[in-house]
Amino acid sequence: MSLLSKKDANLITDPLADNNPITIQVLGICSALAITAELKASLVMAISVMFVLGAGNVVISLMRNIIPSKIRIIVQLIVVATLVIIVDQVLKAYAYELSKTLAVFVGLIITNCIIMGRFEAFALANGPWRSFLDGIGNSLGYGVILIIVGFFRELLGSGTLFGYPVLGDPIMKTGLYATGYENNGFMIIPPAALIVVGIIIWVQRSRNPALVEEN
Amino acid sequence: MSLKSKLHELKLKYQGKKMAPAFNAFHTFLFSPDETTHAGGTHVKSADDLKRTMNTVIMALVPVLIFSMFNAGYQHYSAINGFPADFSLMNDFLTWDNFWIGIIKVLPLVVVSYGVGLIVEFIFAVIKGHEVEEGYLVTGMLVPLIVPIDTPLWMLSVAVVFGVVIGKEVFGGTGMNILNPALTIRAFLFFAYPTWMSGDKVWVYGARERSEEILAGANVDAISGETILGYLAQNKGAEMTYSVSDMFFGFIPGSVGETSAFLILLGGLFLIFTKIASWRIMVSAVIGSLVMGLIFNQVVDFGWVGESSKFYGLMSFDFWKHLIVGGLAFGIVYMATDPVTGSQTNKGKWYYGFFIGFISVMIRVFNPAYPEGVFLAILLMNVFAPTIDHYVVRGNIKRRMNRLKNATIYPKDSDGKAEELKAETV
Repeated sequence: MSLLSKKDANLITDPLADNNPITIQVLGICSALAITAELKASLVMAISVMFVLGAGNVVISLMRNIIPSKIRIIVQLIVVATLVIIVDQVLKAYAYELSKTLAVFVGLIITNCIIMGRFEAFALANGPWRSFLDGIGNSLGYGVILIIVGFFRELLGSGTLFGYPVLGDPIMKTGLYATGYENNGFMIIPPAALIVVGIIIWVQRSRNPALVEEN
Repeated sequence: MSLKSKLHELKLKYQGKKMAPAFNAFHTFLFSPDETTHAGGTHVKSADDLKRTMNTVIMALVPVLIFSMFNAGYQHYSAINGFPADFSLMNDFLTWDNFWIGIIKVLPLVVVSYGVGLIVEFIFAVIKGHEVEEGYLVTGMLVPLIVPIDTPLWMLSVAVVFGVVIGKEVFGGTGMNILNPALTIRAFLFFAYPTWMSGDKVWVYGARERSEEILAGANVDAISGETILGYLAQNKGAEMTYSVSDMFFGFIPGSVGETSAFLILLGGLFLIFTKIASWRIMVSAVIGSLVMGLIFNQVVDFGWVGESSKFYGLMSFDFWKHLIVGGLAFGIVYMATDPVTGSQTNKGKWYYGFFIGFISVMIRVFNPAYPEGVFLAILLMNVFAPTIDHYVVRGNIKRRMNRLKNATIYPKDSDGKAEELKAETV
């Protein structure tokens, strides 16, 4: 008897690859573009979304039978807003510098389409445990893409990872910079994230042609 | 026996051999093949296929390339020794010393651009399983002509890979791209490595090293090598020593091949004469830039912008001179007229070209980071070209529908069937 049944395990693994919220469902793009210039910010954003989506899915799932369907969007918004404020306050208290970098984007988790999408599509129709797994799975799928994009953007754009200079010092011209290498300023600006995400989508779909949409 | 028929015989001899594709590529490069269509196929064939079109554009670019090689040396030696007081074309410009600088600085750019670009094309041709496309022939020649001369070769390689893959191959290869690949490469370089693409140290070979020597205390008497637009953007137009004929014939610093408006004009006329490029786009782009230039001149004349304004230098620049400095002429002739990314309809070409000229001069004046905007304007209009075409086509349909609605049908039939048919159509 494993910890998770096969059906439950799929709730976690599907969003990681073939049903990824960013590359397949194309949700939550805005934050993937905005905060992925640094790996650290990407990681914190991924964890924040994981908390909000996991807890939110459970709360909505528990209330699913008592929410009048006419006002369900409002109820969902209140739940998300509460959770996001908790995240925001925690960040401000324990990681003030980082919360300044993330700035408005923590608040904007409220508008992240993935969260409302999972509430509507899954939590309203399933029990708390399965909803929790679904929330974790989707936020993991979201986080994986964020971290991949953040990795390439920070490495190529700033020559650092988590703030550590891995390629040498660009001003003192040590390491790779001694050979004439320079940081790519294009990777710092948000359009670069669009292209990196696009390349991920391209690679994923050419490896698995079943994912290519007919139009 | 002519060379053409000899080649044709050779072709028959090599048919089916391993050498055939290589020979064919060379053969069609020189001549249109001596083949007739089989019965049942299409019978009207034009000799100007894709390869011929590309070759013609390259022919139009060769004078610009050769000029740019001489100019590379001329700018280099002028920056060291000062501009010759009594300029003579043969003694000061068309010299071996100047040409040698061109060979060591400009040719590597061309070689790297073609080498890297064709490798990428070849890899994609193998993956997709089709013949190598000709699409890179023109791009590969344009790229070295629109970058600063001191661009490091590895940066150029990175940008070429990016431009060919993201600008063209992801959309399906030659003929399917939305953006001009050469300009995608230029824009990538501009955003990725701004210190190598703008400022006053990149336009003349060796200017960067000399400025470092001066900083280190060396007593070198050097001219900065700022472009004309760079002077104007800093409101230093009065310090500039270039005459109008310098600007027109191209004895000025700038991107490798963009300086000589005269040779670009000849190239443009050649392209119009051979019907490769659209004269509508060129003419409307020139009009567009003149209109925007005139508006800025008028604003200055009315006194709305004083000499203290940071835009004064570029705004007060005579409107027609915008055409002979910077990359505007080069962009209009060789880039805006790209048949893949430009507008396809004749009416659309007028709008497309006009806005390229108009927006180019606007960006040139207002861009705080870099006083040039041709490549951005053309990329922007590349994006809008399909929309322009869409509305032109729809307008045409609407006009013809109206004509049909108001048409009287002759001869009047007795049972009104024609009227019924018309009512259905309209």
